[in-house]
Amino acid sequence: MLFQDVIFWVLAIVGVAAALGVVFLKDIFRSALLLVLVFATISAHFFMLGAEFLGVVQLLIYAGAICILIIFAIMLTRNVQSGNLPNRLQGPAFLIAALVLATLVFVAVDTDWRLIDALPNGDAIVDRAFINTPFKLSKLMLENYAVAFGAAAVLLLGSIIGALSLVREEE
Amino acid sequence: MEKFLILSAILFSIGLFGALSRRNAVAVLMSLELMFTSVTLAAVAMSRYVSSRVVALTPADTSEAAINTLLTGQVFALFIIVVAAAEVALGLGIVIALYRQRQTVDITQANLMRR
Repeated sequence: MLFQDVIFWVLAIVGVAAALGVVFLKDIFRSALLLVLVFATISAHFFMLGAEFLGVVQLLIYAGAICILIIFAIMLTRNVQSGNLPNRLQGPAFLIAALVLATLVFVAVDTDWRLIDALPNGDAIVDRAFINTPFKLSKLMLENYAVAFGAAAVLLLGSIIGALSLVREEE
Repeated sequence: MEKFLILSAILFSIGLFGALSRRNAVAVLMSLELMFTSVTLAAVAMSRYVSSRVVALTPADTSEAAINTLLTGQVFALFIIVVAAAEVALGLGIVIALYRQRQTVDITQANLMRR
């Protein structure tokens, strides 16, 4: 348990520092590279939470595909002289973010969570539930969440067509 | 459990601040991605630690169906990843279209939806 705690804190500190860098660095290209680091730490958290499949998906989709897309967009649109400037709403934005953070932390700490580990056979349940997760996830997605699965497919198709028509060269 | 939720809340707030206070449209999109990924972290942590209704009511029932209800959070996380991928593809398409029209990605100067 201690080993896992140490890993959690290292990952958490690196992740939060990198996230702060994403928002506050002036060079937007470095922000994008730090974003890869944030996604990598989140993926490591997933591995520690028994969600290996999601950890791999997170690395492939976020750190691989999405960050490459963002870096491409930065290189296609970069304004070198202006950089990553704040707008005039920094004060209200900070206030709103702090309020949201306070609310979320209060809810997380104050709620009486029904933890699995508190159950008499919690360890056995965890052992059975978080093994062979890709197979179980596919069954859940195609049986219980089939409608959402279909909607996600339509959404992806729509976004492909929309993105293509947006960036197409006008005649 | 709480530490994962608090970490997720911190990352979400950083992303929210960035999304509200940056000028560069790509930076706003990156902050949005930060918010998305913090929500997936919360969903996966919930799925690992919080017992579902089925499991909480009948802890002795360790059938496949009862156990699978614990993985709902991971299914949510997968769907969030799908939506984030669609969102970033469209968002960057809009940014590039905006850059072609205006030669800028400053969202404080983007106030028209036509050319």
